[in-house]
Amino acid sequence: MNRRRHNALRDYTAEAGLFASRAMICMGLVATVFLVLLGNLYHLQVTGFQEFQTRSNSNRITVLPVPPNRGLIYDRNGEILAENIAVYSIEIIPEEVEDLDDTLTRLVELLDLDESVVSQFTTQMRRARRFPQIPFTDNLSEEQVARFALHQHHFPGVSVEARLQRHYPYDDLFTHVIGYVGRINRQDIQRLQANDSYNLYAATRTIGKLGVERYYESVLHGKPGFQTVEVNSRGRVVRTLEFTPPVPGQDIYLEVDVQVQKIARHQLQGRRGAIVVMDSENGGLLAMYSNPSYDANQFVRGISTTAYQALLQNSNNPLINRATQGRYPPASTIKPHMALLGLEDGLVDLETSIWDPGYYELPGVERRFRNWRSWGHGWVDLRKALQVSNNTYFYKLAHEAGIDRIHDFMRSMGFGERTGVDIHEENQALLPSRGWKQANLNESWYTGETLSVGIGQSFWTVTPLQLATATNILVTEGRRFQPRLLRATRDGEQLTYQEPFELPPLNVRDPMFFSAIMEGMERAVSRADGTAHAAFVDAPYRAAGKTGTAQVISRAEAEQEPELVLVDGEQVPVEVDERLRDNATYIGYAPADDPQITLAIAIENVGGGGRNAAPVARRILDFYFDYQKSVEQAELRDQEEREEERLQEERLKEQREEQSDDAN
Amino acid sequence: MMQTSQERGSLTLFYRFHIDLPLFLALACLSVISLAVIYSAGGQDIALVQRQSVRIGIAFTVLIVLAQISPLTYKRLAIPMFVVGVALLVAVLLFGVVGKGAQRWLDIGITRIQPSEIMKIATPMMLAWYCSQQQLPVRWTQAFGGLLLIIVPTLLIAKQPDLGTALLVFSSGVFVLFLAGMSWRLISAALVALAGFLPVAWFFLMHNYQRQRVLTFLHPESDPLGAGYHIIQSKIAIGSGGFEGKGWLQGTQSQLEFLPERHTDFIFSVFSEEFGLMGVCVLLIIYGFIVYRGLAIAIRAQQVFSKLLAGSITLTVFIYALVNIGMVSGLLPVVGVPLPLISYGGTSMVTIMAGFGILMAIATHRRLVLRD
Repeated sequence: MNRRRHNALRDYTAEAGLFASRAMICMGLVATVFLVLLGNLYHLQVTGFQEFQTRSNSNRITVLPVPPNRGLIYDRNGEILAENIAVYSIEIIPEEVEDLDDTLTRLVELLDLDESVVSQFTTQMRRARRFPQIPFTDNLSEEQVARFALHQHHFPGVSVEARLQRHYPYDDLFTHVIGYVGRINRQDIQRLQANDSYNLYAATRTIGKLGVERYYESVLHGKPGFQTVEVNSRGRVVRTLEFTPPVPGQDIYLEVDVQVQKIARHQLQGRRGAIVVMDSENGGLLAMYSNPSYDANQFVRGISTTAYQALLQNSNNPLINRATQGRYPPASTIKPHMALLGLEDGLVDLETSIWDPGYYELPGVERRFRNWRSWGHGWVDLRKALQVSNNTYFYKLAHEAGIDRIHDFMRSMGFGERTGVDIHEENQALLPSRGWKQANLNESWYTGETLSVGIGQSFWTVTPLQLATATNILVTEGRRFQPRLLRATRDGEQLTYQEPFELPPLNVRDPMFFSAIMEGMERAVSRADGTAHAAFVDAPYRAAGKTGTAQVISRAEAEQEPELVLVDGEQVPVEVDERLRDNATYIGYAPADDPQITLAIAIENVGGGGRNAAPVARRILDFYFDYQKSVEQAELRDQEEREEERLQEERLKEQREEQSDDAN
Repeated sequence: MMQTSQERGSLTLFYRFHIDLPLFLALACLSVISLAVIYSAGGQDIALVQRQSVRIGIAFTVLIVLAQISPLTYKRLAIPMFVVGVALLVAVLLFGVVGKGAQRWLDIGITRIQPSEIMKIATPMMLAWYCSQQQLPVRWTQAFGGLLLIIVPTLLIAKQPDLGTALLVFSSGVFVLFLAGMSWRLISAALVALAGFLPVAWFFLMHNYQRQRVLTFLHPESDPLGAGYHIIQSKIAIGSGGFEGKGWLQGTQSQLEFLPERHTDFIFSVFSEEFGLMGVCVLLIIYGFIVYRGLAIAIRAQQVFSKLLAGSITLTVFIYALVNIGMVSGLLPVVGVPLPLISYGGTSMVTIMAGFGILMAIATHRRLVLRD
C-alpha cells in the first residue's frame, strides 16, 4: 500500500528524463571509449604495422644453416680412406630438461650405457657451446634407438639425431697421414675467425685436427647451405620456406696406396719406426707409416680423458708421426749425399782411392776416428766407400769440406728444414752448424765433431721424410720434388690432378756425379761385400740402397767413447737394454736402372741397418713390384677377357644369323 | 508505446516470442565470428568448435527462456537472488574448490557452480530494485547504501581471487547508481575515494601475481620473456595484422603458438591478426550497436527497475569488451576478462546471454507492465 501510494506520487516523466540523459551520457562515454580503443588499434595496426610485421616475422622465421657433406678421402686406386657414415646419437638440450641428473641416470639405465658418458657430458656442457644440443652418446645401435623411441615421451629435451660422422675404415693404418676430425674447440674458432671463414662453419660440428684432414680442411669442408624455416613458439621447425643446398666439400685422392701402406705396417709390426715410400718421378708418397699408430676414429667421437692420457703416456709415443717428426741420426745413409758434396767441391774424384788403415787421424789430435771395420778396407775409392760404407773415406772428406760447407750444402739438399709435405705435423730436425752450437750450447765447434757429422752422427738428426726427399734428389739426378700426399681433388665429376711441386733443380758441375753415386749405392746391394747385399740376394729387380746404423747413446756417453760412434754392418751387441740398441736406417730405390720408387726407413733399437732395415726394404720392394706386376697382369687379363667375350658374342650373333637364314 | 508501433508491425512474430530481432541478429553475428576465430585459434581443432557450438546453443536457449519471463518476476527475485548469491560466495570462501590458483567453484555434488557468475546478474538486479524504491535521482544516503550492497559481493569475489569478475560485478552495480541519477558531486567524491583506496589495495589486498600483472602492464618490455611476453606477443599479433589482416587461419602469431590463451582471453589478438583493422572495425560496430540497442531498450522501458537493470546489463557487456580489448592491446593490465560472446568458454557466455534474455524480456513485456 505504502509503495503504491509512493508510486502514485512519483514523477515518472522526470525519472524517465533523468534516466534518458544519464543513458545518453553513457552512450557518449561508450562511443568515446570505443574511439580511444580504435585509435590505439589504428596506432598498432597502421602506424606500427611495419615494425610489428618485422617482429612477427623474426618471431617465426629462422634461418638455419645446413652443414655441407665433408669431402671423402681415397687412396690412389680409389680405395676409400675416410668416409661419412650415418650415426644415431642422443642429444640433449639442457635448458629443456627439468631434472638433468635424473634424466641422465634414466638414460644410462634405459640404453645400457657406461657411466662415464655422464661425466663426459657434464664436461661438454661446461665448455663453450655453439649449438643448443649437446651430444650425450653416439653410435647408438638400431635396438637402442628403438628402445629410446619407445620411451621418448619420458625424456623432454632429449632427442635422437641422425648425423653423418667421419669414419676411417682402416682405423690406425693412416692416422699419421690422414689425421682425423674432432669437435670444433675455442682455438679452432679463433683460427677460423682470423681467416674470416667462421661463417662457413655455422652448422659444422667437426673440423680437421691433424694430417690431411687438417691441411686440406678448406678443400674438404665445403660451403653450408641455408634453410629458411618457420618455427613455432617452442622453436620446433614447422615447415621449410626456402632451401639453399650446401655445397659439399671436394673429394681428395691421395698418392698413398693402401697395399703398400699395409706392407709397411706389416714390416714394422712390434717395432718403433717409420717408413716412407716415394714415387721417384714426382715425389708422391706411396706410403708413409709410423709405428706404433692409433685408431683415428676414437677422436672423431671425442676421446675420453683416460684413453687420451693413455696415449700421451705410452712410452712408445704413438701420437708422434715418426716419418715427419721422428728425429734420427742419419748415420751412414748420409754418405751418398756427402759423396755428392765431395765431388761437387772437387775434394774427391771418381778415380782417386785413399788408403784406409781402419781409422782417420786428425792432425794434432791424439784420438783416432775409427772405421767400423777396425782393420780397415784397404784402398777405397768413392764407389767402394759407398758399397762397404767406409768411414775413413768420409772422415777425410768431411774434414776437408769443413762444417760450414757441409751445413750449406746439406741445407740445399733439404736437411734442417721442413720438406713442405702437405701435413702440418713436421719437424725440421737438426742440421748442426757453428752458429747453432754457439747459440744453443754456447760452445765453439770442434773439428772432431765435423768428422762425426761426416758419417751422419754427432748432433745431426733427420726425419725419414727428409731422408727420402734428399735421396730422391740423387735418384732423379738433381730434380727436387717436394714430397706430397695429394694426388687429385674431385669436385663433383671434375677430377683435377695435382701438379708435382718441383723446386729448382740441384745443379752440379757434372751429371756423372749422380750416376757414380748411384752406382756405389747399387753396389752396396749387388756386391757380395755390400752392406745391404744379404737382404737383396736373388731380388728379381735391380735395387740400390745405403744402410745406416746409429748407436743410441746419450751424447755425453758418445763423447766419452768416441770410437764407438758408429758400428756399421753386422756387429750388433746383443746383450744391451732394448732402448740402448742401435737404430737401423736405410735409404734405397729401385729399379736401379730406371728408378720408380725411393724409400727411407728408420727402425728404433733393433740393431744394424744392414740386418734390420735393408730386409724391410727388400720385402716392400718385392711386394711393390710383384703387386705392380699382378695389377698389370690383372689389367691384361681383363682386357683378354673382354676381347674373349666380344668374340664370343660375335660368334653367337653369326650363329643366330645362320639359324635365321636356315629358317628362311 | 506509440513510438515503437511501426517497428512492432514488422517484428510482431519475434515480439510474440519476446525476441528483439536486431539485438538477436547482432548476437548471432558475434556467435558466428566466435566459431570462426576459435577454429583458427584452436589450431583448427573441429572438436573445439563443436563444444563451443553446444555452449552457444545452450546460451541462446537460456536467452529465449529468460526472455519469456516478465520483468516483474525479476523484480520479485532481486532480493532472494542477491541474498542466495552472497551466501554462496561466503560458502565458496569457506568450502570452495580450488582451481587454477583461485577458489571460485562450489562443488554441489552433481556439478560445480561458480557463484560469482550469479552475482553478475544478481547485483544489478538488487541495485535496480533498491534504487527503484524511491523517486529518482538517488539521494546521498541511498547511494551509500547502494555502494555497500555493491562492495560486499565485490570484495568476496576479489578475495577468491577473481579480479576480473569483481570488476564486472562492481561496475554493474555502479552503473545502476549512475543511471539512477547519483549526484555528480557524489561521483567526484567516489572517484577521489577510489584514488585513495588504490594504494591500500596495492599494499594490503592484492596478491603478488596481481601486482606483477600491473607492473608488467606498465613496463612490458622490461621482461620480454617472462610476464611481459604475453602482452608483447599480443601486440605483435595485432600490429602485424595491419589494415587487411593476414587472412583467416593465416595468423602466424596464433598458428605458431606465440600467442598465449589464444582461444580464450587473447582471442581478440587472433581476430585482429587475421582480419586486420577492417575486421576490428566491424567487431566494434557490432558491439557499439548492441550497446546502442540495449540503452534504447532501457530508455523505452517504463518501469524504473527495468530501465536501470537493462542499462546496467548493457553497459556491463561494454565493460567486458573494453577491458578485454584494452588488455590485449596493451592499454590496460591483464585481468582475466573474456571477450564477450567471442572467447571460448561456457560460463561467462551463458551469463551474458542470460543478461540479454532479461534485456529482451524488458524490451518485449511493456504492455504487460502497463496493464499491471
